[in-house]
Amino acid sequence: MNTELRIGVFICHCGINIAGVLDIKGLCEYAKALPNVVTAQANLFTCAETGTSAIKKAVKDNNLNRVVVAACTPRTHEPLFRASCKEAGINPFLFEMVNIREHCSWVHRHNKDAAQAKAGDLIRMAVAKAAFLEPIETFKSKVEPLTLVIGSGIAGMTSALALADQGFEVILIEKEENMGGLLRHLHKIAPANVAASELIEEKIAAIKKNKRIKYFTSAILEEVTGYVGNFSVRFSCGNDSYTCKVGVIIVATGGIPLRPEGLFNYDGKNVITQSELEIKLKKRDIEAKSIVMIQCAGARIPERNYCSRICCMVAIKNCLYLKDIIKDAKIFVLFRDIQAYGVENEALLLKAREAGVRFIRYRPDTPPVVENCKVKIYHPAMGKEIFLPADLVVLSTPIVAHDDAESISRILKVPINGNKFFLEAHAKLSPLDFAFNGIYLCGNARYPATVREATCQALGAASRACITLSHDTIERVGTVASVQEELCSTCFTCIKVCPYNVPYINERGRAEIEPMQCQGCGICVAECPAEAIEFKYISDKQIMAACEALLAS
Amino acid sequence: MDNFEPLIAVFSCHYCSYAAADLAGSSRIQYPPNIRIIKVPCTGRVSVNHILMALEDGSDGVYVAGCLKGTCHFIRGNYKAEKRVQYVKDLLSEINIEPERVQMYFMSAAEGTKFANVALEMTEAIKKIGHSPLNKSRS
Repeated sequence: MNTELRIGVFICHCGINIAGVLDIKGLCEYAKALPNVVTAQANLFTCAETGTSAIKKAVKDNNLNRVVVAACTPRTHEPLFRASCKEAGINPFLFEMVNIREHCSWVHRHNKDAAQAKAGDLIRMAVAKAAFLEPIETFKSKVEPLTLVIGSGIAGMTSALALADQGFEVILIEKEENMGGLLRHLHKIAPANVAASELIEEKIAAIKKNKRIKYFTSAILEEVTGYVGNFSVRFSCGNDSYTCKVGVIIVATGGIPLRPEGLFNYDGKNVITQSELEIKLKKRDIEAKSIVMIQCAGARIPERNYCSRICCMVAIKNCLYLKDIIKDAKIFVLFRDIQAYGVENEALLLKAREAGVRFIRYRPDTPPVVENCKVKIYHPAMGKEIFLPADLVVLSTPIVAHDDAESISRILKVPINGNKFFLEAHAKLSPLDFAFNGIYLCGNARYPATVREATCQALGAASRACITLSHDTIERVGTVASVQEELCSTCFTCIKVCPYNVPYINERGRAEIEPMQCQGCGICVAECPAEAIEFKYISDKQIMAACEALLAS
Repeated sequence: MDNFEPLIAVFSCHYCSYAAADLAGSSRIQYPPNIRIIKVPCTGRVSVNHILMALEDGSDGVYVAGCLKGTCHFIRGNYKAEKRVQYVKDLLSEINIEPERVQMYFMSAAEGTKFANVALEMTEAIKKIGHSPLNKSRS
């Protein structure tokens, strides 16, 4: 890049959000005096049509080749301004954004002078960094129009069917002998009041009938390599091994209710879990007259610090079905907090209370104690310990991740959280995607979900997958690392540190990074002892330039 | 020295701590204006050199703020960063510069309050330690 640097700085008032604290005119004057800055302008709202047009016009008028916008967070607005740059005819990566709202005007409201100085510093750092921005191109690769769905519970089957209905071929693998997942053992689904078996058999029949879905039971996932649009998958089914090429992968491996060994005298006979109760309800094999349910059994404790979210609703549902079968049953539910979200579930809770189910709160420091046919509990309203008769104690245990969640996460190179549930790219912004492109997530594998939620997520994951599948090729932005071979000393450091096992040694004996596979974290760039790995998106030069500009020269 | 306002460079990862800083902003949580964020895709991108450079270029303190352990968007970038920060601390000790000038923090995108608290904690800590001996233009 020998051409002269021409930087344009655009500073946003954001109404009074920024301008209420900072002197925008002063910042413009300051920015104009910075090296390589050709123009600095203020906009009332840079993200509005007038603002983006002003950028485009200024690029043309001043022949700009770098754009810096000082406004809000790049996490929401960077794509918009990159698009404006592209429309103005400069590479969208010759753009730098600096956050003077969330990181400055909003958090230093009472210290305007310091805020002004900080905004100036941030703009100076961005301008310094902008001088080292490099154009980044996109590249294309082919998409295999095939999906691998892992797990055939309600979530897996729903997404497989949704994809098949849209005309895409699906390979569905299930590690158990039968499809159906958790629902196979359940009695009825609330609030819909549908038999679980009915729901599941209908789906299984639809899958078996569907020509676009190939299903494998007793199948174990063994290896996955490749990248979005082009994954190579190997799995075994009995003694046979299969390999296939798929474009996308949906993880619907589900979860399993915790077996509460050692908790509340659990014995599987008089002290059982909700799922064991459902098996009894299915067979109508219940005689108990006094039943005590204990919520949060094994959940919300230090080793399992999460709320499993669905157990309260499961308990309420089962109370009502129990009341249907045994009219004079006395049922107590001992809870910490009742989580019956949504109008219908709230109505069911009311119905249970009307039917005579008693709800008693307990605190974690005075948990219920299960003794022979009795449960001792401190009643907060009565202010003393009471004994509840209990022919049957039912423990509401949380959904926990499967034992193989960890190995699947390793095979797919996608993260799991501390409780071994799979971790989405962003809880709000992309709840069904993994950070790794082309792999999606739904159902209990992500976090305990009701049938309805799992179904919604499955349809969502399928539609996310369709975005990729419906194209013959996909474009990827080259915000990736690449090896400068002449500098590589084949030390294997990059191979060791890459979380996605992307680098390999090529036929010339040097490290090579497949751009389609690289996720752009930059770990190898920071570790390479020869500094042989280039990362144009956030290069060493850019970081150094920002550091150098920390202090005004 | 009463009115010493330290300059602190922060390497923030795009997915967690940068988002936490955004949240601190949208929640209007006020914190000292001494920090300057440099955004990186992952704290794994931050090399030993970058941290040293930030010190050399005049900051009185540097911290790297990544995702909570086990939740790194790139699986283990924050562990790498933690190791490098420790390496820099050891290096600083050897040349008699306070290792507390460099820290590693972990926070989730939902922890706006933590981001603000960390900014406050670090500012207070550096105020106590004083000017960086490397900060030529200020001392």
